[in-house]
Amino acid sequence: MEKTTHHLNPEDLLSAANQARWELGVNFHDDIIESVYEDATRIARKTVRQKDENAAYRQDLKIDRIITSKWLGFPIMFLMLALVFWLTVAGANVPSGMLASLLIDTAHPWLKAGAAALHMPWWLDGVLIDGAYLSMAWVISVMLPPMAIFFPLFTLLEDLGYLPRVAFNMDSLFRKAGAHGKQALTLSMGFGCNAAGVIAARVIDSPRERLIAIITNNFSLCNGRWPTQILIATIFIGGLVPAAWAGLVSAGAVVGVAVLGIGFSLLVSWGLSKSVLRGEASTFSLELPPYRPPRILQTLYTSLIDRTVFVLWRAIVFAVPAGIVIWLVANVHVGGLSLAEHFIQATDPMALVFGLNGVILLAYIIAIPANEIVIPTILMLTVLSSSLGGLGAGSGVMFELDSIADTAQILQAGGWTVLTGVNLMLFSLLHNPCSTTIYTIYKETHSLKWTLVSTFLPIVLGLIVCFFTAQIWLLLT
Amino acid sequence: MSTPNTCETCPVHHKANLQKLGLNLDNIDFVLALAGNPNTGKSTVFNNLTGLRQHTGNWPGKTVARAEGAYVYNDRRYKMVDLPGTYSLLSTSTDEEVARNFILFGQPDVTIIVADATRLERNLNLTLQILEITDRAVLCLNMMDETRRSNIEIDVRGLSKELGIPVIPASARRREGMDQLLAAVEEVASGTYVCRPHRIKSHSPKLNRAIANLASKLAVLYPDLPNAQWVALRLLEGDNSIMEAIRSGELGEIGTSVEPAQI
Repeated sequence: MEKTTHHLNPEDLLSAANQARWELGVNFHDDIIESVYEDATRIARKTVRQKDENAAYRQDLKIDRIITSKWLGFPIMFLMLALVFWLTVAGANVPSGMLASLLIDTAHPWLKAGAAALHMPWWLDGVLIDGAYLSMAWVISVMLPPMAIFFPLFTLLEDLGYLPRVAFNMDSLFRKAGAHGKQALTLSMGFGCNAAGVIAARVIDSPRERLIAIITNNFSLCNGRWPTQILIATIFIGGLVPAAWAGLVSAGAVVGVAVLGIGFSLLVSWGLSKSVLRGEASTFSLELPPYRPPRILQTLYTSLIDRTVFVLWRAIVFAVPAGIVIWLVANVHVGGLSLAEHFIQATDPMALVFGLNGVILLAYIIAIPANEIVIPTILMLTVLSSSLGGLGAGSGVMFELDSIADTAQILQAGGWTVLTGVNLMLFSLLHNPCSTTIYTIYKETHSLKWTLVSTFLPIVLGLIVCFFTAQIWLLLT
Repeated sequence: MSTPNTCETCPVHHKANLQKLGLNLDNIDFVLALAGNPNTGKSTVFNNLTGLRQHTGNWPGKTVARAEGAYVYNDRRYKMVDLPGTYSLLSTSTDEEVARNFILFGQPDVTIIVADATRLERNLNLTLQILEITDRAVLCLNMMDETRRSNIEIDVRGLSKELGIPVIPASARRREGMDQLLAAVEEVASGTYVCRPHRIKSHSPKLNRAIANLASKLAVLYPDLPNAQWVALRLLEGDNSIMEAIRSGELGEIGTSVEPAQI
């Protein structure tokens, strides 16, 4: 022994380790874990004393029996979601209108007048004020109020400890789909942000199940898509029923789309685990944390600063260049028509088969960097490219818009029907992830192939779903 | 509470000495790792000390990426690395590997282990595994406010004696215990407090022999390695990142460098 040590090299060490591993057999990993547990138990027994009974724990257990029960678990989950959306839909309308009247009706003409006074060239004024400023104003007035209501509510649920219960409820479904139960957690994370959800898939050990979780995360409606869902549901679905029911029905529609997303997540997971990513689901333990009374003020503060302002800022950062692009495609003319009109006219016949329209397709191309700007882009394109005489004078000069009702007016003037609204909601659920998420998927998987699959699979599904919805709709009406 | 003056003269009362640096990571004196089970309030501790706003929430698994922040305490600059929350360091998942590799190769000056006091036994599993890797750690016994609600009593001094490291009771959500935590971290970082970490001995004789054999070889190859037993165990388990570190010579640098390693 002593003689050889002086000539020891790293490879000798590794082969000694290999040799010893063979000699120890297969059970020594469990042996290691057991000795850790043994010591932990011994120390805990010495230092921890449970006085009387643990009343708090028993109370948590009682609540969990209801919330995670076989029969009530899912209905309670849907009711909670519906309540959150209803509060969002009902509460966002008025502040949204006030912001729009301030930023668009008051500030925009004022900026235009200022630009005219400075003798700014028409194209610069157009790019900056009608393009960049207006799309930013749209983002703020359409998105800020719903987000300022939705995120604090969602954060309160999170703080309370409800999310792991949701994961617990859905676990058996994911296992049946051949996916990892923890995918329920990454899916919940995706409701906040898909890029975060994709990173969260790191908690899954098996590469196969982790990949499934990454590919399907896009089916969780993210921050950027909630406002689209809420706004379109308010206009087109809420508009179908008497005003008293509008809020509830549109909240129900948004829940429906979110649940459909969970359904697609399960379906695609199942499909993948039965085909290219074949394998058994592995087991794991999920901790249900104690219910903690949420700290209301702190939650309000952090969710407003961290989530609302963060998402809004991201939307603005992307909306400004997008606004410029929108203005350019609507104002650069080739052969008498603007680029936008060329694209929209060329794609309209094809898009109508899917119950969508050219504006929506163009908007989704422009909005690849951020889902947040889909609605503003659609509105701008609709106003700029179709000759909406009453609302927009020519190419994107001033137009008046101060509430959801006026948004509805624009869309209806652009030829939108309830079918367009429904299909936009579906397509918003089922289309490519935003560029940040796509990049994150690439970074996490290091695979071009799976990045492409994650990008195009949802689009294909979205087009199929929209196609059938449109065809069935046309048959029925 | 009735004698506020005593509090202010106590050496622990250093709130004025804490300066949150957020993301300013220049000229760092000490590197800290922040480890713990998921959902123990790790991010809350991180936010309290650095002034950053890592997202917090009551569910396991929300921190999966590594976050860094910094603070100044008594004129010393500390960099804090918030590791993903894990239940153990023995499996192959990415989050456990990130945590394990940072504690080993990042050579933090102090590892702060955040534990949920209401679930101490389970949290001790990870604590003991961390103490196998590093001999400089502080246990932050978080959620002490909830132990009162749950009728749990913990012998903090006894626990500290068993583990051989400082144990600081805290309620990070209410910002309680942070001063004491800062002071304990300083003591361990500066060497005023010398940890005598608990090491696991109750393996089977066969395994113990195998560990001892490999550890003696490791001691010859890498005389500065502070945790040869643990590395030996990982080698027996076939840990790829350790084998890779032996081939590349990275393992030889552990324990020798004076500068905190920049990963």
